[in-house]
Amino acid sequence: MPSLKDLKNRITSVKSTRKITKAMQMVAAAKLKRAQEAADAGRPYAKRMASVVANLASSMGEGAGPKLLSGTGKEDTHLVVVMTAERGLCGGFNSYVVKEARQLIRKLVTEGKTVKILTVGKKGREQLKRDYAEFFVGHVDLSEVRGNDYTEAGIGLGLDITKRFDDGEFDVATLVYSQFKNVLTQLPVAQQLIPAKAPEDAEIVDLKGAIYEYEPSQEEILETLLPRYINTQIISAMLESGAGEQAARMSAMDNATRNAGEMIDDLSLQYNRARQAQITKELIEIISGAEAL
Amino acid sequence: MADKLHFSLVSPAKELFSGEVDHVIAPGTEGEFGVLAHHAPFMTTLKNGVVRVLDGDTTKMRLFVRGGFADVTPAGLTILAEEAVDLGSVDAATVESDLEEARSKLLSEGKDGPHVTALQAQVDYLTDLKAAVVH
Repeated sequence: MPSLKDLKNRITSVKSTRKITKAMQMVAAAKLKRAQEAADAGRPYAKRMASVVANLASSMGEGAGPKLLSGTGKEDTHLVVVMTAERGLCGGFNSYVVKEARQLIRKLVTEGKTVKILTVGKKGREQLKRDYAEFFVGHVDLSEVRGNDYTEAGIGLGLDITKRFDDGEFDVATLVYSQFKNVLTQLPVAQQLIPAKAPEDAEIVDLKGAIYEYEPSQEEILETLLPRYINTQIISAMLESGAGEQAARMSAMDNATRNAGEMIDDLSLQYNRARQAQITKELIEIISGAEAL
Repeated sequence: MADKLHFSLVSPAKELFSGEVDHVIAPGTEGEFGVLAHHAPFMTTLKNGVVRVLDGDTTKMRLFVRGGFADVTPAGLTILAEEAVDLGSVDAATVESDLEEARSKLLSEGKDGPHVTALQAQVDYLTDLKAAVVH
């Protein structure tokens, strides 16, 4: 049986924990709003870019076009880009992404492929480093990013990846990140970056038999368009992941606040019982003392 | 001219325009071109310049784009700009000060700094934007 003083201390400490989680929840809610706006604002561009690429790719035919689109013709070396948050305390957000990445890596390894890992965000690196330290080829730090402006970081990473590809470091690149469905659901997904693939749901416009004209040539357009497409995919993944992180943190902290509240109720009850018991005990002592006289 | 052209202009930051218009004139890398409804499928890269949106013969909106792509399909015209601003909402003084800032950054970076190309592109963009604002 803990003493009254112990109980009192526990209650104070849980109360201050609740204050912190409550504050974190409110901060996350405010940040979520901004992150969500940024993600929403970026979505039309990504969507149109995808449909433009889908159109172009469908008119290119199989196996034609620059390497970024057609691939190297091999599938031996895979680059897995794992995108997680810089900070923890956001529920299962990071672990889910890492779990998805682990599954993918394990599958590739059993298939006998060479795997290379590039991480974005500190948390994913920490978790993956334990098992796959030898596969690591790079890391991108997002802690410098302010105000949901991932343009610079995204383009930097995109350039890095395309450069590695041009140097023949890998054949296929896959991006594992958390897709922001809504505030309650974030879905970890693996998306193929290189060879560039248009999403299946991209709208392909029926040209009704007309022939596309290109200015300058189709190849030149593809050559400028594809790296941009890859950058766009990375940037929108960063935006989605950023919004997801805040949403996950918000609900995790909301739960924590609620749990702390319940704990305080339980402890207060225990405290009051103990206090009552002590008063009763003292009264009995006084009464029985008086009777003895 | 009953038929309208569906036109949308998006930059990574936001969707600047989406709607039905009569006529759009855009700066292609190989020359300025106009798009009306029922244009043949066409795709081009863009250079820095002004995209004009026309309704009938009057210019409804002028947007400045920094490079990008234009894609004409039977469904309409889509411009994917690297960066774009509505010229109706920018103010010459801000552009001027941004330009000064970018220039001084470029100077302090020296000749072989890591961001020289990006900064040079920024200066070029702002110079063109300034010219567009003045006219």
